[in-house]
Amino acid sequence: MIEHFWLPEGISTYSPRIDFLFTLIFWITAVVWALVTIAMVVFMVKYRTRPGRKATYIEGNPRLEVLWTTATAVILIALALLSRSTWANIKEQGPPGDVFYKVTAKQFNWEITYPGPDGKLGTADDVTVENDFHVPVNKVVRFELQSKDVIHSFFVPWIRLKQDAVPGRIIHVWFEVTKTGQWEIPCAELCGFGHSGMKGTLYVQSQADFEKWLKDKYSQK
Amino acid sequence: MSSTPAAAIHVGHAEHHELGFIRTYIFSTDHKMIARQFLFLALFMMSIGGLMAMLMRWELAWPETAVPFMHWVPEPYMYDGAIPPNTYNSMFTMHATIMIFFVVMPILVGCYGNFLIPLMIGARDMAFPVLNMLSFWVGAVAGVIMLSSFFVSGGPAAAGWTSYAPLSAVPVYTGVDWGQNLWCISLIVLGVSSLMGSINYITTTINMRTKGMTFFRLPLVVWSLFITAILLLLALPVLTTALALLLFDRLAGTHFFLPAGGGEPLLWQHLFWFFGHPEVYIMILPGMGIASELIATFSRKPIFGYRAMAYAMASIAFLSWVVWGHHMFQSGMNPALGSGFMITTMIIGVPSAIKTFNWLGTIYKGDIHYTTAMMNGLAFVAMFVIGGLSGIFMACTPVDMFIHDTYFIVAHIHYVLFGGSLFAIFGAIVYWFPKMFGRMMNETLGKIHFWITFIAFNCTFFPMHILGMNGHMRRIYNPLQYDFLKPIQPINVFISISAFVLGAAQFILLANIIWSLAKGKKAEDNPWHANTLEWTTHTPVGHGNWDGPLPVVYHGPYEYSSPLTTDDYLPQNVEVTGKAAVAH
Repeated sequence: MIEHFWLPEGISTYSPRIDFLFTLIFWITAVVWALVTIAMVVFMVKYRTRPGRKATYIEGNPRLEVLWTTATAVILIALALLSRSTWANIKEQGPPGDVFYKVTAKQFNWEITYPGPDGKLGTADDVTVENDFHVPVNKVVRFELQSKDVIHSFFVPWIRLKQDAVPGRIIHVWFEVTKTGQWEIPCAELCGFGHSGMKGTLYVQSQADFEKWLKDKYSQK
Repeated sequence: MSSTPAAAIHVGHAEHHELGFIRTYIFSTDHKMIARQFLFLALFMMSIGGLMAMLMRWELAWPETAVPFMHWVPEPYMYDGAIPPNTYNSMFTMHATIMIFFVVMPILVGCYGNFLIPLMIGARDMAFPVLNMLSFWVGAVAGVIMLSSFFVSGGPAAAGWTSYAPLSAVPVYTGVDWGQNLWCISLIVLGVSSLMGSINYITTTINMRTKGMTFFRLPLVVWSLFITAILLLLALPVLTTALALLLFDRLAGTHFFLPAGGGEPLLWQHLFWFFGHPEVYIMILPGMGIASELIATFSRKPIFGYRAMAYAMASIAFLSWVVWGHHMFQSGMNPALGSGFMITTMIIGVPSAIKTFNWLGTIYKGDIHYTTAMMNGLAFVAMFVIGGLSGIFMACTPVDMFIHDTYFIVAHIHYVLFGGSLFAIFGAIVYWFPKMFGRMMNETLGKIHFWITFIAFNCTFFPMHILGMNGHMRRIYNPLQYDFLKPIQPINVFISISAFVLGAAQFILLANIIWSLAKGKKAEDNPWHANTLEWTTHTPVGHGNWDGPLPVVYHGPYEYSSPLTTDDYLPQNVEVTGKAAVAH
């Protein structure tokens, strides 16, 4: 149980950067919380009412106000600036893709479209599979995320990736996984009575295994 | 400053003709009666919202098993006590809707806004008493409409309290038909009620302050309610607009939010959160005001940095209009916009921090009296700190990518709304009970309620952070459907058991209220030795609020332990000769 008291394993190229920010914020907030709580408890005990006790008349301290306003503002704005490049890298630009897919969400499945032997999406030889998302390890995976009906959200906790799929929009998403294995792809946005249980599986395979699986799939068509 | 003409008109009310039962208790225009009506309506709704939460917690701990004592609920709502997915979706939708719109807002704004503003600023009633009465009754009608949606075919709304389109816009997507329509209609009606209330509060605060009651002599709770009323006035029409568009999409065949007809699903989210984020502060600002009253009174000390506290609330209110996009970081909105909203969201943390430090400054070197009200006030601060700090995780866009739509968010919202607003409400109920009902509440029961609630609250909501860190999605009805959530299921069981204790503890509050109403110790006029004007009139407060002329104010509301007097308090209407008038 105790191993579950922290973030789960990270498997993508950008998960360490997200975990770094999470850990940084965790320590900042933990220290602030501890200081505030200790001060509060000390004051609560020390200044509890006793016979003959009288409170000291203090209306405030402008210097302290300026101090804690500035300190908080500096820390928070620094955090925002620090987060900005990670965010831009994941959601705005990202590296060029190695493999390409189309992922279409619908109540209550993920449709994964593979480009087919010609390597191009949107042609007649495309292959669409429900819920099975096979990708090669250590390759930049790029996909166009769409939805057929309501809003869904593509979520792979170990990649630290979440992106809503919005009907009427094509959203470009990328990730690169550094470890082979199988992971669940739950839907993270309420999408109707079948929302709970809407999930696919991400199969991260070695290049050889991936090509073999792809070949079998294409030959079945 | 003061408004002598308005006050003069109302003086006549003091020696008033007797009103009949209906005009006194039902269609009353007396702000104090309307406040009580809001309180009882909200407590009733709280029991329904709370029951929903209990049912959800059963489902999450022991998924798809029969809930005890619930076999009588007919199909298709429940199957021999077991909750089907759509009922579960309706439950969290209605739990949030009821708690936000029919519990926290009516108590903080409807009840305490009504009760406190005229009494604390030295006015005989609200500026528009009939509008005030209408505000309550329109709100009650909205409540009836919302509850009636439980009984229509298809069940109540099931698209979440955020009702994201297109899920909410097309009946077939949820299987809910009139339930969702009634949800929209109820909230539109409630918006009318809120508008009437907010106009009243703003007008009253600006125009009807008694002689000497300058803006910077207002108690902070009045400041908070005044700012909240401005937010309500500006935010509610946006929700009303969005709801009207949604209703058109559902009933009139329009496509505002439906891409098939050229509509835009994200438009709903922008409108909803443009209302929704100020709404969050509508629910916490009055709590901050209440906590300030409780903490200053029971520390027997002036509030630390009174002006900083007022300015902080004003800046929170202003900034609340430019942070709505932080609910939409993963929505498909342009990610560059996300960076902008991250900065504004981080900045709104600053005034919240200012308030926390000032509360700490207030208890520093105080003479702290641990009444039930004070304990709830301090709990507000302690829990608000946790809720505020956990918000930083979400403000950081890359981290939000992971924790968005997980239980981390559920933990955060409950630390702010339950740990914050509701503890403030518990404190307010105890603190103003004597002035409202003429009797003291039982302190022993109050403290038992406080401790069980405080411990069970933390056992319920703190572990939700851990669920969220494991990626546990919100709004799923059976965690065991996911392999990666199976190992952490014991945490769900622990949370549910804590939640049942938390729910059960509220019967102590209920018992205390009922017992104290009937048998509580008769209250003195000023049992807490507080400074603000509501304590300068008789208990129970008569029609017109003060028997003689209105009180005149000579100094700020927090002159506790002032060197100018030997007492440890100095009511606002007591003139101290000498330096007093100059100093304050």
